[in-house]
Amino acid sequence: MNTPALETRALHKSFGALTVANSISFRLDPGARQALIGPNGAGKTSFVELVTGALRPDAGQIFLGDTDVTALPQAARVKRGLIRTFQITALFRRLSVIENVTLAVCERQGIGSGRFRPSGHYRAAIEEAYALLERLGLEDDALRPANMLAYGRQRLVEVAVSLALSPKVLLLDEPAAGVPSGESGMIIEVIESLPPDIALLIIEHDMDLVFRLAQRITVLVQGSVLVEGPPEAIAADPEVRRVYLGERMRV
Amino acid sequence: MTSRLVDGFARRHRYSVLEALPWLAAFAGYFVFPSYLALGAQILATILFALSADLVLGYAGIVTLGHAAFFGTGAYTAGILAANGWGEPITGLLAAAAAAGLLGLVSGLVVLRTTGLSLLMQTLVVATMVAEAANKASFITGGDDGLQGMEVWPIFGWLRFDLFGRTAYLYCLIVVLLCWWMARRIVHSPFGRSLTGIRENVRRMHAIGAPVSRRRLLIYTISAVLAGISGALIAQTTQFVSLSFLSLERSGTVLIMLIIGGVGRLYGAFIGVPLYMIAQDRFSTVQPVYWYFWIGLLMVVIVVFARGGLLGLFDRFRR
Repeated sequence: MNTPALETRALHKSFGALTVANSISFRLDPGARQALIGPNGAGKTSFVELVTGALRPDAGQIFLGDTDVTALPQAARVKRGLIRTFQITALFRRLSVIENVTLAVCERQGIGSGRFRPSGHYRAAIEEAYALLERLGLEDDALRPANMLAYGRQRLVEVAVSLALSPKVLLLDEPAAGVPSGESGMIIEVIESLPPDIALLIIEHDMDLVFRLAQRITVLVQGSVLVEGPPEAIAADPEVRRVYLGERMRV
Repeated sequence: MTSRLVDGFARRHRYSVLEALPWLAAFAGYFVFPSYLALGAQILATILFALSADLVLGYAGIVTLGHAAFFGTGAYTAGILAANGWGEPITGLLAAAAAAGLLGLVSGLVVLRTTGLSLLMQTLVVATMVAEAANKASFITGGDDGLQGMEVWPIFGWLRFDLFGRTAYLYCLIVVLLCWWMARRIVHSPFGRSLTGIRENVRRMHAIGAPVSRRRLLIYTISAVLAGISGALIAQTTQFVSLSFLSLERSGTVLIMLIIGGVGRLYGAFIGVPLYMIAQDRFSTVQPVYWYFWIGLLMVVIVVFARGGLLGLFDRFRR
């Protein structure tokens, strides 16, 4: 068995009586297209926060490749290619779209601490940011403040920022949340066209999107992994249908 | 098209003609108002103080009610040196910068662990502690009576500080110009842009892997250095330092001046400070008792009608 891109071993976190992660052992293979689903409050976003380092686990370990990153701060995990997007768009709202992406490129290239040369002199970083915007069809909005864009396009900027960080493992926290159904198509297209070597974990409520994109699905219920498997098996699983899919998937 | 957009974005740091205006005005002021140069020198030095506050508040979003701690530390450092036989002004400035910067670094390590209201309270506490320490150490600071007997030597052993404030004015003008140039370089650098990122969305900044705490501490220290230089300029040109240099009122006033001009724009200080100080000078001659009322009224009008300060208003009309 090859080394997973991301692995958690018996990850545990509780806030008082509320357990948000109950001994979660999870693996994401390189190049995987995997989805994490579960009812509201199942602990999906908490899992993302634990993995990225925004939350500290009470017990358990997190591995990126061969490295134990459990004790590493968030920034160090980002440097190792563990990148997330946010469920609720978290952009630099008043800064232009290209600035949003350029800031990320600068951090990845390690020039974000440069204190004397004007940022405009780091032309390669700006060009890289612009190329990314072109790739996602955002170039016409490059100079507009992020909060002036339609929400669906803001979600794309969110993806652009994460791609600017050269992810090895990309955690997409509800990439289509709040996006009108007419616009979710372009987000799906972008996700489908991501480089195949990125290990992708999509946290999502939109089952169309999940079943279209994911090759494996992990179902999380009350902080525990209920079941994991290929989409067909998950869709057919009576337990999953009872706790989660049943209410939505009356096909 | 592509490269046009990238070119434009890459050229944002270029100087515009408008940026020369405050300096031309300051230079012209030297000839136009020869009898107001002493006030002019104070205005210039206070602009630097407001500029230093703008770096932390306007760019990094660090709220502070204790910036007078650095201003006063700089003033007392330069003052105590000059009162004890070392009146050389340039080294006095450097010593003030170092002392204020050290205080910024050490206190920043503690207070910057928090944000928002608790940060505000902690900066206030630091400033109060420094003020109280200066009060208790009256054998060296003069305590309540203020620091007496400063003797500032001529600049380069050559340019005397004269009674009319000519030397003082030009001295302040050059020091503030150099500091402004440095501040401008900083805010346009990737580091400065990342500070804006921290202000706009700190979670996102963590998520793109930026060492947020280190950057906040660094700009806090840089800002303390500039505030210290500003205090030292005033101490050297007025040859007096008092406990009011460390007061809460001083910390608050500089924020008011900055807000009047516009926060986070680098030039707010250049508008707000002269306006406030000249208004104060005029109002207090006409109505010595009630002049604060007019300042208060001006503040209300700005908060209600011009949230981005006067520069924000200017922007809105230009569009």
